[in-house]
Amino acid sequence: MAARTKAAGDGSGLVEMSWDPITRIVGSLGIHTKIDFKQKRVAECYSTSSVFRGYSVFMRGKDPRDAHFITSRICGICGDNHATCSVYTQNMAYGVKPPHLGEWIINLGESAEYMFDHNIFQENLVGVDYCEKMVKETNPGVLELAERTEAPHAAEHGYRTIADIMRSLNPLEGEFYREALQVSRYTREMFCLMEGRHVHPSTLYPGGVGTVASVQLFTDYMSRLMRYVEFMKRVVPLHDDLFDFFYEALPGYEEVGRRRVLLGCWGALNDPEYCDFTYANMTNWGRRMFVTPGVIVDGKLVTNDLTEINLGIRILLGSSYYEDWQGQEQFVTQDPLGNPVDPRHPWNQHTIPAPQKRDFDDKYSWVMSPRWFDGKDHLALDTGGGPIARLWSTALSGLVDIGYVKATGHSVVINLPRTMTKPETTFEWKIPEWSNALERNRARTYFQAYAAAVALHCAEMGLEEVRAGRTQTWEKFEVPDESIGCGFTEAVRGVLSHHMVIRDGKIANYHPYPPTPWNASVRDSYGTPGPYEDAVQNTPIFEENSPENFKGIDIMRTVRSFDPCLPCGVHMYVGGGKTVKSLHMPTGLSGLGG
Amino acid sequence: MTEATPDTVGAARTTGTPADETPTIHILWINAGLSCDGDSVALTAAMQPSIEEIVLGALPGLPKIAVHWPLIDFECGPVGGADTFIEWFFKGERGEIDPFVLVVEGSVPNEAIKPEGYWCGFGDNPETGQPITTSEWIDRLAPKALAVVAIGTCATYGGIHAMAGNPTGAMGVPDYLGWDWKSQAGIPIVCVPGCPIQPDNFAETLTYLLYQATGAAPMIPLDDKLRPTWLFGATVHEGCDRAGYYEEGEFAESYDSPKCLVKIGCWGPVVKCNVPKRGWMNGIGGCPNVGGICIACTMPGFPDKFMPFMDEPPGAKVSRTGSSVYGAVVRRLRTITARTVDKEPKWRRTGERITTGYRPPW
Repeated sequence: MAARTKAAGDGSGLVEMSWDPITRIVGSLGIHTKIDFKQKRVAECYSTSSVFRGYSVFMRGKDPRDAHFITSRICGICGDNHATCSVYTQNMAYGVKPPHLGEWIINLGESAEYMFDHNIFQENLVGVDYCEKMVKETNPGVLELAERTEAPHAAEHGYRTIADIMRSLNPLEGEFYREALQVSRYTREMFCLMEGRHVHPSTLYPGGVGTVASVQLFTDYMSRLMRYVEFMKRVVPLHDDLFDFFYEALPGYEEVGRRRVLLGCWGALNDPEYCDFTYANMTNWGRRMFVTPGVIVDGKLVTNDLTEINLGIRILLGSSYYEDWQGQEQFVTQDPLGNPVDPRHPWNQHTIPAPQKRDFDDKYSWVMSPRWFDGKDHLALDTGGGPIARLWSTALSGLVDIGYVKATGHSVVINLPRTMTKPETTFEWKIPEWSNALERNRARTYFQAYAAAVALHCAEMGLEEVRAGRTQTWEKFEVPDESIGCGFTEAVRGVLSHHMVIRDGKIANYHPYPPTPWNASVRDSYGTPGPYEDAVQNTPIFEENSPENFKGIDIMRTVRSFDPCLPCGVHMYVGGGKTVKSLHMPTGLSGLGG
Repeated sequence: MTEATPDTVGAARTTGTPADETPTIHILWINAGLSCDGDSVALTAAMQPSIEEIVLGALPGLPKIAVHWPLIDFECGPVGGADTFIEWFFKGERGEIDPFVLVVEGSVPNEAIKPEGYWCGFGDNPETGQPITTSEWIDRLAPKALAVVAIGTCATYGGIHAMAGNPTGAMGVPDYLGWDWKSQAGIPIVCVPGCPIQPDNFAETLTYLLYQATGAAPMIPLDDKLRPTWLFGATVHEGCDRAGYYEEGEFAESYDSPKCLVKIGCWGPVVKCNVPKRGWMNGIGGCPNVGGICIACTMPGFPDKFMPFMDEPPGAKVSRTGSSVYGAVVRRLRTITARTVDKEPKWRRTGERITTGYRPPW
């Protein structure tokens, strides 16, 4: 019997529970907790990842031009974000600026990636946590209330009650669940039009893209995009209704997954009018991105300067299976502007794996502990799954103003044009009161609309280039013998940076930092827990089940709100000193064999 | 076929099968090789058939299946508690779910090369509290499986994570189990390479195996690298719509050219893959057909034998030079012909007389 039950051995009366592997995420993440069932709170949480592949190890000595092809394979759902970030990094290192049209095409590809990924994750992975079947198994009382609660925006989305929305999210049998799968397909078609194939692009290169830019290319993209815009006019109100209902049905639910506002956003979607990929001008072109970079602490914008953001990155160890690189060679002591670069910065990192037994009191994960140093503290920033940080940062900076999207300083206004059956519609995402599970999820929906709106702008700009006959999409370059580069973008799930050092024309050092190492990071050398650990530790338990039938839905909602993206597993031991024998009848995908 | 609700199927499945019914086929999916989950994600893009069509039995004659797939599984309960996903893998080991197909995603690291710890794990060993390694799961489950399917170039041949200089000693499932390995049902390891898999290629292979399991289809035809022959029999180049440029000796010098990309890195002429012919999804996208050099991501030699990707393949030079000479002549002749066929025949005109060759009776 695989069941293993145990009370925490520390006499605290807490119950140890773990989830491994967590389903409905991408990759491997483990969550190991101690739960206080009396107080209905999670007392302790450890996040662990059980897969190591070693990209920064095997990339050494390779041709730098291979980097985007290789790093794409880091992730099977956002690999194109890596390829894009790597191409940005290479552009800087080689000193090449792609033609404008090439940049509009990349923006269109990456926008489609947001539209695809947030849609499939929100409806087919996270959505299941809020579906009728799940709510019935975890909070039957809430479902009863949902049956009686009329959806305020029924006119927009067509579902009369909140329970009808929940039913539509039931795996496979739910109408909206199946529709979302279809949407995830035509958005991937949009992506493939621009970047060749999904998820590892074929047409991205340093210097631009191989995509042949034609009227047909843009027409094929635009007709699908307008279908998506129409879809968003139903989806934004649908999720507003669903998430607002949880606050109403479960007073105090804002505490689920809540942590201090410590958000990072590295900016996304360059404006080719300004972006020349030089380090010297990075501060300026960074501020012209269509998603504004920013570090936000307790609701205040600390910086939106990409150079400052770059220099503040630190990679700490403490609970990870690596030997420290202290005393090893430092590749980069100064950035191209002469600023000192820290030995713990990714440009100077050495990855020295040290596989060992998992010990939650010592080393327990393959994930390191990226932190952002504000001059005083090593902040465990999170991305909230990406969208909440992007919208928050863009809203606060108030720099984006392209008609379809306008940042106001306290909100982001998204204007969607008329579509086949729906009139012009405006959505406004306002900075929320909390950084919690529901607001992360809500932001994901709003950011889908945001991505579609920016795509409209990029498609218009790209088509203008084509109509003017400027169809070049790629620019020649030479690989220098010695160079460095860095790339910043927003992967779907948040901050993404690549740092490369070239020596003798080969890769001497390469370190990609995707969002999940930030979110799923572990206790660092100062003992500061990572964001999942921190957020889960603060999570109250609203589930109505007894410990024996406990599913941990509030913990799962917390973890999934961050949109985890590592090949990971989650571990949970049911405690209380007795063996749990009764198993729920499994449902969902397993068991849907007609 | 009556469509069962999830609950009733779940109920039927757990306690074995009534004698008069075809057994439910379980699919145990391990995504915790050295993987990126890209093959799982790609499969959700399949439309011929789609995952919902496979799971809900939308094609006639498909057996009932129960998929235990981390990416979108409903189950997410705690270890040893309610709705534990990993429990299905222990059931497979104990022979409680029979038959099952084992799908492996990601390459298999060599766990023997280090003193302790794990390169990759999937679930925990209840005895030790330590992760169960992926290779250990393969040892436990492969002998009991109806078939073992390797999805993606990592699981089939090692792929990117088995690149020169890698620290984990990664390899493909056939390297791990042996290339001659056969399941208890006599089925060799089924390899569907691709980085990631072309969505319909995998959906189609899975469907084939399900038909084979019902007795409707003969043994799946595989080549000597264990690939389905109907999908991987032809080369990229044979299905590439830019091959005409090759024949006429026109080679792109820059990546945004619509011409043949061989000179700037495309390995299509020697790579077995159907993407340009089939498109990436719904006939859209691809690789060299849409401006992306073929980096040979479906091949056993990937990636090392094809790097640096953006250089001309050494073997391409000779044949390309030949084609440049011969192709220039062909192109000139075709230009002449093309000028002729670009003109309408002379009888298409206004006027009082018909000149088509018809003789009017008036």
